Amino acid sequence: MNNYNLAVKNTYNNLKNTLPILLAIILLISFIISAIPASFYGKFFTGNSIIDSFLGAIIGSIAAGNPVNSYVIGIELLKQNVGLVAVVAFMISWVTVGVIQFPAEALLLGKRFALVRNIFSFISAIIISILTVLILQFL
Amino acid sequence: MIRKLIVKIGMNWVLLILVLSIYLITLFFNNALFIESLLRAKDILIEVIPILVIIFILTFLSNLWFGGGKADKLLTGKTGFVKYFMAVFLGILSTGPIYMWYPLLSELRDKGLKDSLIVIFLYNRAVKLPLIPMIIYYFGLPFLLVTTLLMITFSLINGYFVAKFIKQ
Repeated sequence: MNNYNLAVKNTYNNLKNTLPILLAIILLISFIISAIPASFYGKFFTGNSIIDSFLGAIIGSIAAGNPVNSYVIGIELLKQNVGLVAVVAFMISWVTVGVIQFPAEALLLGKRFALVRNIFSFISAIIISILTVLILQFL
Repeated sequence: MIRKLIVKIGMNWVLLILVLSIYLITLFFNNALFIESLLRAKDILIEVIPILVIIFILTFLSNLWFGGGKADKLLTGKTGFVKYFMAVFLGILSTGPIYMWYPLLSELRDKGLKDSLIVIFLYNRAVKLPLIPMIIYYFGLPFLLVTTLLMITFSLINGYFVAKFIKQ
């Protein structure tokens, strides 16, 4: 089999294997976005920076959808007097941690890879949120 | 018995069947949510189809050009620094939902792309160029610069440590 035919065959196999996963994730994300209104996210915060950064990262990790929504919700949360640490943790974990996308990541890139990457991204979101606020205080 | 069935059908199809089951249950108990979710899924699908086409063209080209163990050359450069820089740069430039990139990255990894570079690429997708005006408007330029620098730095740290942890 020449290179071209082999590439077509491999791409077809890749397409066949991944389309059901992508379709499932799109349906799941659509369902979550429809089931959870934006106002829902503000209910969890306590006012304590450390706890809120953790909560922000948890909620951001579970949330899904277009990243622009994370900023829109983030702005709304700030208006509701939620601290910047929590909002930053929420926005960063929204785009770097994917609980909803986890099955797709685990199936295509490996369970261990997906788990370790998401745990590290979650911890990073909390650290970045705290560092952002600390650095901004000095600027 | 169930395990045999899952192996036979394939985990990818099992996942789709499970999600479709959620929709089916929702159809009976909350018709409005079912319709809203379906319409939203249609919108997302329309939005991602062009990206999906591009990604599968890239997958085809990667299959055509890179034999076993050569994909690391995709992020070419004589030094590791250039490869890491390219992973950061391509991650920032890439568009579309994160999950659309998994198939291509999986394919490239089979051909030799390092886990650390995949992690860096995925993390830098958090830096969103089209959102810059909005971020500056609502959060200010210092916020944008600080978060962007921190995210790029942490992408490199994550790339290093995730790869280490996976190897263990």
